[in-house]
Amino acid sequence: MEKQRKDDIILELKDVKVHFKLDEGLLKAVDGVSFAIHKGRTLGIVGESGCGKSVTSNAIFKILPKYGLIGGDILLYEKDHKRLETPINIAKLNPTGPEIRSIRGGNISMIFQEPMKAFSPLHTIGNQIIEAIQLHIEPDPAKARAIAIEALRSVDISNPEQRIDEYPHQLSGGMRQRAMIAMALSCKPSILIADEPTTALDVTVQAQVLDLINNLKRENDTSVIFITHDLGVIAEMSDDVVVMYLGKVVEYCDVDTLFYHPMHPYTRALLKSIPTEDKIHKGRFESIRGTVPYPINLPVECGFCSRCDEAEKGVCDKGEPPMVEVEPGHFVRCFHAGKGKEAQA
Amino acid sequence: MSLFKKKQKAGTYEVASQWKLMWWKFKKHRLASIALPIIFIMYLLTMCCEFFSPSLPLERYKKYVECPPTAVHLWDHEGTFRGPFVYAKEIGRDPETYRKTFVDSETEIVELGFFVHGSKYKFWGLWETDIHFFGAKEPGAAYFLMGTDDLGRDLFTRILYGGRISLSFCLVSIFFTFLIGLTLGGLSGYLGGIFDTIVQRAIDLIMSMPSIPLWMALAAAMPKEISQLKQYLLMSIIMSLIGWTGLARVVRGKILSLREEDFVTAARLSGAGHGRIIAKHMLPSFLSYIIVSITGSIPATILGETALSFLGLGLQAPTISWGTLLQDCQTVETVAAKPWLMFPAVFIVISVLMFNFAGDGLRDAADPYK
Amino acid sequence: MLGNYILKRCLQLIPLLIAISIVIFVIIQLPPGDYLTTYIIQQEASGLEVNQSNIVLLTKQYGLDKPVYMQYFYWIRNIITKGDFGRSFQWSVPVSQLLSERLPATIGISLLSLIVTWGIAIPIGIYSATHQYSVFDYVFQFIGFIGLAVPGFLLAIISVYFLFTLTGVSLTGLHSAAFLNAPWSWAKVVDMLPRLGLVVFIIGLSQTAGMIRQMRAMLLDELQKQYVITARAKGLKEKKLLWKYPIRMAVNPMISTIGWTLPGLISGEMIVSIILSMPTMGPIVRRAMITQDMYLAGSFLLIVSCLTVIGTLISDILLAIVDPRIRFGGVAE
Repeated sequence: MEKQRKDDIILELKDVKVHFKLDEGLLKAVDGVSFAIHKGRTLGIVGESGCGKSVTSNAIFKILPKYGLIGGDILLYEKDHKRLETPINIAKLNPTGPEIRSIRGGNISMIFQEPMKAFSPLHTIGNQIIEAIQLHIEPDPAKARAIAIEALRSVDISNPEQRIDEYPHQLSGGMRQRAMIAMALSCKPSILIADEPTTALDVTVQAQVLDLINNLKRENDTSVIFITHDLGVIAEMSDDVVVMYLGKVVEYCDVDTLFYHPMHPYTRALLKSIPTEDKIHKGRFESIRGTVPYPINLPVECGFCSRCDEAEKGVCDKGEPPMVEVEPGHFVRCFHAGKGKEAQA
Repeated sequence: MSLFKKKQKAGTYEVASQWKLMWWKFKKHRLASIALPIIFIMYLLTMCCEFFSPSLPLERYKKYVECPPTAVHLWDHEGTFRGPFVYAKEIGRDPETYRKTFVDSETEIVELGFFVHGSKYKFWGLWETDIHFFGAKEPGAAYFLMGTDDLGRDLFTRILYGGRISLSFCLVSIFFTFLIGLTLGGLSGYLGGIFDTIVQRAIDLIMSMPSIPLWMALAAAMPKEISQLKQYLLMSIIMSLIGWTGLARVVRGKILSLREEDFVTAARLSGAGHGRIIAKHMLPSFLSYIIVSITGSIPATILGETALSFLGLGLQAPTISWGTLLQDCQTVETVAAKPWLMFPAVFIVISVLMFNFAGDGLRDAADPYK
Repeated sequence: MLGNYILKRCLQLIPLLIAISIVIFVIIQLPPGDYLTTYIIQQEASGLEVNQSNIVLLTKQYGLDKPVYMQYFYWIRNIITKGDFGRSFQWSVPVSQLLSERLPATIGISLLSLIVTWGIAIPIGIYSATHQYSVFDYVFQFIGFIGLAVPGFLLAIISVYFLFTLTGVSLTGLHSAAFLNAPWSWAKVVDMLPRLGLVVFIIGLSQTAGMIRQMRAMLLDELQKQYVITARAKGLKEKKLLWKYPIRMAVNPMISTIGWTLPGLISGEMIVSIILSMPTMGPIVRRAMITQDMYLAGSFLLIVSCLTVIGTLISDILLAIVDPRIRFGGVAE
């Protein structure tokens, strides 16, 4: 990570917080998250469900419910493929204003988990793709349609001239996700956020969609934020990885470091729980004991200490651990980090 | 909200049962938590109406025909505290229309009090007593909280007695609705096949007929010369014959989705009978939906009964219900001359509103995680 | 595609219509005494001599000497081939004559109420859902609750009472006394409008209340859906997004309820017009019910039920037109 220059950072999150005011109390869905996305690289965000990874991606879009409060800075350094003198702070923008709307879909696009639900069933996919194109790059309907057909062709949809006038329910799940990707990339965004794009798909289709995202990313030099709970997919897709737990980043490093020198007990536990061939033969899977605590009115302690094998009484349950840069570009949030207590994965 | 905070201390996690979660959510629904005690009070008042009413429903105050409501005072003209009392009515005659007029007396008052002796009655038909919760201390004195009707009967008393009929009627009718809807909906979902088809078509059939004329037609076909009790039961069955469809649909839908669940298959494989599977394994898992659905249909039943009785096609006099009481206000002229005869309407609206609020709260509560 | 769908739905309706007619025939037969005896009693009561040849004619016409199921066929045959719905004893005229005089007004007022209901309920429902927990949302919800809790007949009495005490004009009937027998003119129409408006308002209010709640709930539900976020992530303007996606989705199920709201409207129309003594079916059907003039009552029920069935068919077809999932036979989510 040290090899990367600071000036190719395209989007940076600094101490981003998303809190939801619920009747039961304050839900800290995202609590002080910082990371950066570099030009042309893929950042993987991994964590269990409910850890705040999807809320983080929605925060980048400023798409949050009314009772959600956003804090910290989300700095965008490039707009319409031009470097900005002063970065735009998305966190401070009016959530319905014209500025954020031109960024959404134009500079940052998103693909969602369930392609079944992500398209409106009442409109043809063409209608929905052309709408995005008309908003950002080409207001002329006929030209926009041509761009949309091209976009569908680029995601390997056969016979796009005909497919463009079909309704979502006429397409298969994999086809729909391709159409979704076509829509997201049709306006040539500089950042693509993929929120578990393959979870709802068959395994064979999954591989195809992942390849497709990787190819398109290389061709267009797009930066990708890839959100998943699947470490296998992270290994295949990412350059850098953020591990999230309970709304906080617990480990942040490049992908090789994560797999070969994980520092946080949670990361190590996650890696252990990957089913490998070896483990399948032994017939045993390891899982992390306990469940994620309910993130409302949490006590001040390390969020993982109730499930951690290495938790130390009197240390881990007394205060929150700080983020430590144990090596250049390798950040860990653990009291034991950098104290030579490194264990093998 | 406060409950949640109190119960959940830092670091401890309580696993609340589904009913508990529902109760919390219900209590958070402000209107519903107001509605529940009001419903309770209304049932208490009407179920013990002999005790709470100042008079008897058929007792006639012949001097005080069509007397307007008498306002209860605590202080008299001079501002001295007299306890609860009403001014006595001086009866006069309008020189133009020759109608009776009632004017508050300047001097004479009727003292009111709690637990007064009045007309004799048998409480729930069991104990004979003459104690009334609130009324004139001197028996037979003119105290009409909501005025009197054209035969000089105390309207407030009649409203309480009518409420006993109207409010219990909806429960009885809901009971039949429940019986039919649960049985047919449950069997139709569970058995499927031809039975399901027949029930579904029957539901389509009933739903395509407008309910009021259909009720009217069935009520019209009802024999005229039958006892009050029979009429009451027949009417409630007629209402339920038309009202069961909604519940049956809910139950059927639930059963259809539950039928495929593993725990039901397990029960079937272990040799449990149809009835046992439905009652033991399926029913508990959608009980909350049924309760919501029932509470939701109470207002419609109250409105249906009062509308029919109002039109002279439901319960018939001498049965007293809120609907039959309102039969007196069928023309604008009557209402304009004697607006207090509309008091039963106030009770109808309040009870329907309260049941709507409670139903709303329950609907929210049935989905405690939302 | 659409043609096939419509044909299929029409064929499905035939058994339903037959079942409805059977149920209504049973209801007509429910009160004690058959057609003929009632006729004779009524003739004698009104002091007319009972004409023997007339009885023979009636017996033949309605198959009254045949078993009950044959009487049903005679009844249906007379309705379909001759438009003969039987005789009203109370009015001593054919039922069809009464129907043709009064039914159009009933249906007209009901349809007008339907349009008004939609015109009011949908925009308010949209406003309430998009401004959830705002002051006006609470106001509309409160009005909605009142609309649900105050039955139509009460509302009719109360509003007529207030109009009567405030203006001294009794707004009952469709025309004021001056215009009752006058030929149609602009003045007569103008005279009719406030009365018509009152009826439509009263019938519409309780329906509107329910529909606002429904629309609000549907739209709130749709606003949570993923496709709304997709559209927002495209950079679409909130307003445009709202009208193009969730509102269209929320209106669809409302379309499918048009057929089912008709019975409710007609029920409401009946009660309100009884109180406001409108020249519609309500008052005469009520009297028919009380006096067990069952052919009149049953015919009204039959026609209204058939209209409901047709209304349902129309709303299904409309839904198929606006919703491609139904049009292409795809399964709903």
